[in-house]
Amino acid sequence: MTAFPPDVIDELAAVAPGSALDTLRRRRPVTREEAQESFAALFVPRDDSEVSLAERLLLAAFATGLAGDDDTAAFYAAHAARVDPDRWSVVADAAARAAAPGPFGRYREPGLQSESTDGVRWRAPGDLRAVVGDRLTAALEHAHLLVVRPREADAAALAALTDAGWSVDAVVTLSQLVAFLAFQQRVVTGLRTIAEEAAA
Amino acid sequence: MTIDTTTPAAEAVVTVPGRFTRDQVGWTPHLEPKPIADLDERDHAGLVDRGRASSDYFRLLVRDPEILGARTRVDKDIFYNTDGGLPRAERELAATAASRLNGCVFCASVHSRFAAHHSGRPDDVQRLLDEGVDADLGERWNAIVAAAVALTRTPSALTVDHVRRLRDAGLDDLAIADVVHGAAFFNWANRLMLSLGDPVAPQ
Repeated sequence: MTAFPPDVIDELAAVAPGSALDTLRRRRPVTREEAQESFAALFVPRDDSEVSLAERLLLAAFATGLAGDDDTAAFYAAHAARVDPDRWSVVADAAARAAAPGPFGRYREPGLQSESTDGVRWRAPGDLRAVVGDRLTAALEHAHLLVVRPREADAAALAALTDAGWSVDAVVTLSQLVAFLAFQQRVVTGLRTIAEEAAA
Repeated sequence: MTIDTTTPAAEAVVTVPGRFTRDQVGWTPHLEPKPIADLDERDHAGLVDRGRASSDYFRLLVRDPEILGARTRVDKDIFYNTDGGLPRAERELAATAASRLNGCVFCASVHSRFAAHHSGRPDDVQRLLDEGVDADLGERWNAIVAAAVALTRTPSALTVDHVRRLRDAGLDDLAIADVVHGAAFFNWANRLMLSLGDPVAPQ
């Protein structure tokens, strides 16, 4: 038995069966089904030996909480609370405090130097690290980087993850998780905005 | 052109592209892709097409085969599905706009080539690369770029006005949903490409 809804995007975008939004999503059945399969690959994993479900949900609550105070963030915070009742609120609170606009960042490309911009380059505060440990702290710092300044993500950022004890396979999973959520959260926002415009 | 990087000394100095370009940009991974000899049936299912085993990018991502497989099927359907909706060229335009804002020179190179090819408007596509997301590309393309860019920002800045502007430009609901999915997907793809390796300048 799974605690997750059968279609997470439908749930988050409040897609009612038979509604205009439901009809619209079903015009692209492969996208609809594989977006859900993507969620399942990350949150009902075949192998969670490298990254536990609690770590996945805490990271998801943090990444989506950084990007918006919305239904997607609330969904992952609620599931993180269910799976890791001791640590979820510290992580969700940290996300609320660390939320920052993006994308920004320095360009390494010589011809794009004039487009480099600055913003919040977040480091975890000591009290957060004390609760979640060095390993998860490294993943949260990497998530912040990917969410708001992806063009600054470099080899040193990945080395920080492996130095904190994540395997190379785990780094791929963590990267996919944060990147997938950047997609899912935006699909939900887009679908909700389409429905709002239709209702206006 | 070669520039200094701040990567560890053990890593080869990477020759990054000079700027956004429609030329063939390469990509080199920061982490070791799974060796071809080690790929099993589960990995091949994740790669979807056997030919993708020759790509460092996909052999790195195949370290988690289930999410790679689902990602790849989402990608193909969003961009290649020909059952109505937004023309392919404009799906690629949305992808290019998201990549331009996020700063993914590799992704922008691939998808600006597709946008230019399928639209027959290489000069307008190049203007997006050269001038950035505020370039004037005509109202329909401006509306698509504006929506893709607004959705790409963190937090998302997409509003009903963006949707209305797309509708006024002639897009129906399915085409508008295709803009959303094309831009949203590149917020996934850009983050993988930007973080797991480096773009390499055209030879």
